[in-house]
Amino acid sequence: MTAKKSATAQLLPKLATGLLGFDEISDGGLPRNRTSLLIGGPGTGKTVFALQVLINAARERKQPGIFVAFEEGPGEIFANAATFGWRLPALAKDALFFLDARLSPTVVQSGDFELSGMLAILEAKKQELAADWIVFDGIDVLLALLQNPGAEVREIYRLRDWLARNNLTALITAKMNGDTSSPANYGFMQFMADCVIRFDRRLELGISVRRLEIMKYRGSAFASGEFSLSFGLHGMELVAPGKPEAFHEASTERVSSGFEGLDSMLGGGVFRGTSTLITGAPGTSKTTLAGQFAESACRRGERTLFVSFDEGGERIRRNLTSVGIHLDAYVKSGLLRMYSGRTDANNAEEHLMRIAALLLEHQPRCMVIDPLSAIAKTGALSSARAIGNRLIYQVRDHHITAFITSLVEGDDPQAEATALQISTIADTWIHLSYLVRGGERNRALTIVKSRGTRHSNQVRELVLSAAGPALTDVYSAGGEVLMGTLRWEKEAEERARKLQRHAEFSQKRRELQLAEADAAARIAALQRDLDRQRAELERYGRDEEARQVSSGKWETDLRRMRSEDGAGAAAPAIRKRRGARVSANSGKNGD
Amino acid sequence: MARKRTKASAAGASVTTVVVMRLYIAGTAPNSVKAVANLQAICGRYLKDGYKLEIVDVCEDPRRALADGVLVTPSLAKVAPKPAAKVIGNLSDTRSVLAALGLPAGQIE
Repeated sequence: MTAKKSATAQLLPKLATGLLGFDEISDGGLPRNRTSLLIGGPGTGKTVFALQVLINAARERKQPGIFVAFEEGPGEIFANAATFGWRLPALAKDALFFLDARLSPTVVQSGDFELSGMLAILEAKKQELAADWIVFDGIDVLLALLQNPGAEVREIYRLRDWLARNNLTALITAKMNGDTSSPANYGFMQFMADCVIRFDRRLELGISVRRLEIMKYRGSAFASGEFSLSFGLHGMELVAPGKPEAFHEASTERVSSGFEGLDSMLGGGVFRGTSTLITGAPGTSKTTLAGQFAESACRRGERTLFVSFDEGGERIRRNLTSVGIHLDAYVKSGLLRMYSGRTDANNAEEHLMRIAALLLEHQPRCMVIDPLSAIAKTGALSSARAIGNRLIYQVRDHHITAFITSLVEGDDPQAEATALQISTIADTWIHLSYLVRGGERNRALTIVKSRGTRHSNQVRELVLSAAGPALTDVYSAGGEVLMGTLRWEKEAEERARKLQRHAEFSQKRRELQLAEADAAARIAALQRDLDRQRAELERYGRDEEARQVSSGKWETDLRRMRSEDGAGAAAPAIRKRRGARVSANSGKNGD
Repeated sequence: MARKRTKASAAGASVTTVVVMRLYIAGTAPNSVKAVANLQAICGRYLKDGYKLEIVDVCEDPRRALADGVLVTPSLAKVAPKPAAKVIGNLSDTRSVLAALGLPAGQIE
C-alpha cells in the first residue's frame, strides 16, 4: 500500500498521506490499521490535515473513508474544502461518508452513556463502503459530556478495541496542547495511539505561524523537530527539509518579456512556466518592467493576473499609462485581473490563500506579483520566506510564467539573499540599479542569472519615455559605465568621429583614384611611345637591307662594267655569297 | 428489528395526551440496560398508560439509527407531543427526563 517498499515499510505497513512534505518526515505516511492522534489548540490545522489525508486516499488511491464530525457540520467542512479546490460533494457520493455527530444544543443529558451505539452504526457504514480510513474529528467534545475521567478512559478503550477489530487506519483529533497541563485521560489517549502529531499555532511578531511536530511514532523512524505548515493551493503543505526535487514540466517555449531589448539579452525571452525575479531599489522601475510583461501577455491573448501589494490597481494602471503601458482595455475585457492586497490588514498566509483562490478562479497563464517583498513587511521573516517559496512553487505547479518584483534597499543585489531568499528558486533574476555619475541618476539593468539560457552579461541602461521603456547599450570608458547625458555625449562624440572618419576615407579614396588614373594615363603614353619606337626600329631595319641589296648589285654591275682581273681570286667568292642573296631578292629587284 | 412495547391509553384517563417516545439502545451494554429500566420506572410512575414507547436496538438496526440521527446510546427521543426532545444517557436523573418529556417537575414524589 505504501508508495515504496522499503525494509521499514514491511516492518510497519504505512499508508501514504499524499500531503506535501509529511510523507517525507514520517518516512512513508501514517501507520496502517493503527491509530494516529492529532493534537493541538483550536485553529492549528488538525481538521484540515485529517480531511486532506482522507481526500487524498479516496481520490488518489481509491481508499474509501469515513469522517465523523463532532465539531463542524458537513456543510461547513464542504465549504472549507472548496477553498482548496477539493470537490467533496462529488467524493461524498461513494468514496467518502460524512457523519454529522454534533449534538443539538437542546439535548438533555441524564446519566452515563457509551459510544457502542455510534460504533455499531459506523461499523455498518464501514462494511457498506469497504472503508480503509476513519477520522474522528473533535471527539473530545463528546467525551467531555461524560464529565467523568474514568468513563472517558473507558470509552477511549472501547474506541481502540473497535478500531483494532475493524482494521481501520484512524485519525483522531483532539484539542490539547500535548504538554503537562493536559488532562490525564488525554495522556492516556496519547499512549493508545501509535503515532502522535502535535499541531501548534503561535504569534511571531503579530503574525500567526503554524507548525507541526511528530511527537511519537511507534516502530518507525521520523524526522524530529518542528516543521512549518502553510496553506497552499491544494491544501496544507509542509516545508520539509530535504524534500525531493519537485517535478515541473520544462518548456522550451520562449515567452516575451515585453521588451525586444530584454528578450534578446535573454536569448529570446523567458521560458514558459518559469518565474523571473526583478530586484531593485525603490523607483528603479520594477513595476514598469512587470507591467510591460503583463501588457505583452494580454496582447498575446493570455489570461493574466496582476497581484500588487499596498498600491491599488487603479493607481498602478495610471502610473503605467505615463510610460506607454496601457492595461485598462484588458481589465475591461476580463483578460487581466488585478488584485491588490493590504499588508497591514492581512498576514502573509492569508495573502497566499487569496492568491491561491485567484489562481483557481482566473486560471492565468501569466502573472505578476509586485512586490513580493511586501509580505515580509508585517510578518515574521521566516514564515514570509516559506510563503514566498510556496507561492513560487504554486505558480510553477500551474505552469504560469511569472514576473515577481522584490524591493531591495540599496544597490547591492546580494541584499536580496538576506531578505526573502527567493532569488535561489527563481529561474531568472534581473537586477535594476541606479548609477549616479555626472550629476545624474540613471537606471541600469543587469541579468544576474537565467537558468538554461545563454544570457547577456552586459549592463544596459533602461530608458523610460511616453512611448514605453527601452533598453540601450551603455558605454564603458576607462572602466566606467556611461549613462544618461554622459552616454549621449559619448554617443555624439562617437557620431562626430564616425563622420570625420568617413570624410577622411572619401578624401583618401579620391586621391588614390586620381593617382591611379594618372598612372594609367602615363602607362598609356609610354606604351604609345614604345610602339612608335618599335615601329621606327622595324622601318630602320628594312631600309638597311634594302640599302645593302642595292649596294651589292651596284658592285656587281660595276665589276661587270670594269671587266676586272686582278681581284679575280676574291671576286668569285663574293659573287657566290651574294649570288644567294641576289637570287632571293631577284624577284623584288626584277633582276 | 425493533421491539415494540405499546400501551395505548384508555379513554377517560387522567392524562389526555399520549407521549410517544423512542429509546435507542446498544444491545446489552450496561448503560442501555440501565436506561430501559430507568425509563420503564419513570413511565410506570408518571405516565401510567398514557405513552407509547418504541425501543430501537442500534446494533441490530444501525441504518434506522443513522436515519434518525442518533449516535450516542442510550438516547431517548420524544416524538410527540411537540416540541420534540432528546435525552442522552442512562436516564438516571429522573428530574431532567421529566423536564424533557414536558411533565411538570411538581409531579415528582
